[in-house]
Amino acid sequence: MSADRVQQGLRLEQVGLWLGQRRLLGPLDLAIAPGESATLMGPSGSGKSSLLAFLCGTLDPAFRSRGRVRLDGEDILALPPERRRLGILFQDDLLFPHLSVAGNLAFGLPQALDRQTRRDRVAAALEEAGLVGFEARDPATLSGGQRARVALLRMLLSEPRALLLDEPFGRLDAGLRERFRRLVFERARARMLPVLLVTHDREDAEGASGKIVTVGEDLADGPDI
Amino acid sequence: MRGIAAGGWLRLLPGLTLALFLLPVLAGLAGTLLPAFGILPGSSATGFSLKPWVELLSAPELPGALLASVVSGLLATMLSFAAAIAIAAALHGTRFHAWLARLLSPLLALPHAAIAIGFAFLIAPSGWLVRAAAPLLAPSGQPPDFAAPGDSLGLALALGLMLKETPFLLLAILSGLGQFPADRALLSARMLGYRPTTAWLKVVLPQLYPQLRLPIYAVLAFSLSVVDMGLILGPSAPPALAPLLLAWFNDASLDSLFPAAAGAVLQALLAGTAILLWRGGEIAVARLSRSWLAGGGRGGSGIVGSVIGFAAACSLLLVAALAIAGLGLWSFAWRWPFPAVLPVSWTLGNWAAGSLGLGRVLGTSLLLGLASTGIALALSLGCLENERRHGLHPTARVLWLIYLPLLVPQISFLFGTAALDAWLGIDATLLALIWSHLLFVLPYVFLMLADPYRGLDERYARTGLCLGAGRARVFFRLTLPLLLRPILAAAAVGFSVSLSLYLPTLFAGAGRFETLATEAVALATGGDRRLAGVFGFLQAAMPLAGFALALLLPALVYRNRRGPKVGG
Repeated sequence: MSADRVQQGLRLEQVGLWLGQRRLLGPLDLAIAPGESATLMGPSGSGKSSLLAFLCGTLDPAFRSRGRVRLDGEDILALPPERRRLGILFQDDLLFPHLSVAGNLAFGLPQALDRQTRRDRVAAALEEAGLVGFEARDPATLSGGQRARVALLRMLLSEPRALLLDEPFGRLDAGLRERFRRLVFERARARMLPVLLVTHDREDAEGASGKIVTVGEDLADGPDI
Repeated sequence: MRGIAAGGWLRLLPGLTLALFLLPVLAGLAGTLLPAFGILPGSSATGFSLKPWVELLSAPELPGALLASVVSGLLATMLSFAAAIAIAAALHGTRFHAWLARLLSPLLALPHAAIAIGFAFLIAPSGWLVRAAAPLLAPSGQPPDFAAPGDSLGLALALGLMLKETPFLLLAILSGLGQFPADRALLSARMLGYRPTTAWLKVVLPQLYPQLRLPIYAVLAFSLSVVDMGLILGPSAPPALAPLLLAWFNDASLDSLFPAAAGAVLQALLAGTAILLWRGGEIAVARLSRSWLAGGGRGGSGIVGSVIGFAAACSLLLVAALAIAGLGLWSFAWRWPFPAVLPVSWTLGNWAAGSLGLGRVLGTSLLLGLASTGIALALSLGCLENERRHGLHPTARVLWLIYLPLLVPQISFLFGTAALDAWLGIDATLLALIWSHLLFVLPYVFLMLADPYRGLDERYARTGLCLGAGRARVFFRLTLPLLLRPILAAAAVGFSVSLSLYLPTLFAGAGRFETLATEAVALATGGDRRLAGVFGFLQAAMPLAGFALALLLPALVYRNRRGPKVGG
């Protein structure tokens, strides 16, 4: 196998999480190639959201962690959160309510860009997502689907190297959910980003069409609410 | 790298903050304790002696002063607690609840001195109430003869204190109710057949009380040792303990300093004893109420309780409004003879007469308020940000430390704090003044900010970080704007606290700085109702303006936003 192939993508090596003496998760080995996805399934309390916090570098110090995480060959655990370049989407869109739509999108752009480039990129992203002219809108006035799309655009504009999805489809209703899921994975594939999805929902897991890893004890418990 | 350096700096902040306000309190207590036993560093008095205590205990004013302090302090605390509980129980879940919550902050912002001056005019023999019922109470056209304010037991003082302490306890109740699922507890009790008031007393109050403990102790310590309100509403011959001690401290001869220091220690012991007694009462009530709580009594209609609660809320608002209105009228009154209900002729001259010193006094007050509030905001936000970054979960003990300047009577440590200032070479400077204000502003600002800060969805910050923003950018661009409303509310509270501070201004400034608080008290005790009206009204208007700004600014800044956290 080519060394390149091994280096690229998101690799978790022997990653484990503990809360006090209790092992929450792992040790886990997982390799996600560029443009591919993997799903971590488990009930609430199984540590799957904590795993994403661990990857982001914002894990509560009450947890202990072990293992290595490589992104395109680089050990990202040594980096501060803002330098890891991981894009994350949550169940809630978490648009910053004090900023306009354009303000939200520009927040994710690299700071080095000049004013005009920033404006162009925001406009282009909005156009691509069918939200032409939404720059000055207050996020609170958007529909659920529009908000979800803006959150996705904001993340993509920050030029992430991998996508982390924390049940991002949970709040959307059935029709919208399917379309948004397709949009997210299309964009990820187009940019050759590795995607790690955590969910308790089997339908979401199957929609991701990658390998599925189950964590926690029992999935028959049903969805956690 | 910058983030790590900033984080390291931030890590020192909690320690610095605690030192900044524990040091003056502890050094202040020591600096009061030493002269209480005859030792005054830097003077010829260096030997341990019990003479200060002998002098204190043989002072003819002491028994009366103690009686007035104990009666007014305990009465004020019990009445305020009862009124706050009655109001909260009666209004819970009604639409008046939201009203009350909105009116509380401005009510709380009214400075003690301003309220006291206005209240004194309301209840005095030649005051508004008597004037309103003049045909009945003063048929001769002469003011009736009764000793209020200034009754020897301090009853008028207790009522005046109640006007300030009831809103404070109500605010503590409202914030305490947010700490546990009170509505669900209340609903489950009502589904079990309990009437609303009984349900509140049986399931909400027992869960709520632990959150009220520190605020109540602070009220107790404050009421037993209040100076500015005591000067205006309390007895004068002899005055209550704390005003008496202030007079001794202010005495030009060094001799009265020693018994004053002993009295300040006695004042601290008095507050400590009262707190211990209250704690004992809590335990007794908890034990005695056990069978009542589990006895299954569903309670009556609760109509009496509701009426008391509503009446208490209404009279509280009405009396406070009348007190401030009285100040305003006096400030524009030219001739206002007894028993006219309104001035018979008006003038702007009071303001003009006051304006000679008014600008300077206003400037000092503003500077003090803004500086101490600004520093308190920076320290509190820094500590909370540090707590979040390092996932710290402060214990209840830290809360006790934050409350410390509110639990120790001011007169018991401020003399010693002034001695610390002198030792540092900053006595009677603006710096010492700002520092002493910070002691009292910081706890309020921190307590106001802590819940909103800790309640802010952590995922906003994580989203920002993952979008490539550093810790500092997340803090300034996301956290602060998202918390604009509570930050401004905390600033308004801090500002109002600073404007109301009398004793700290007097001691740290060594009488060289005049603020609205010191001037209003001086004029009121001097009996000049017109000028006291000017300064008192302005003292009340400034914090109200602060609160108005705190409400208007976010609405203005976020006029195009209606997100749940930032909108109107």
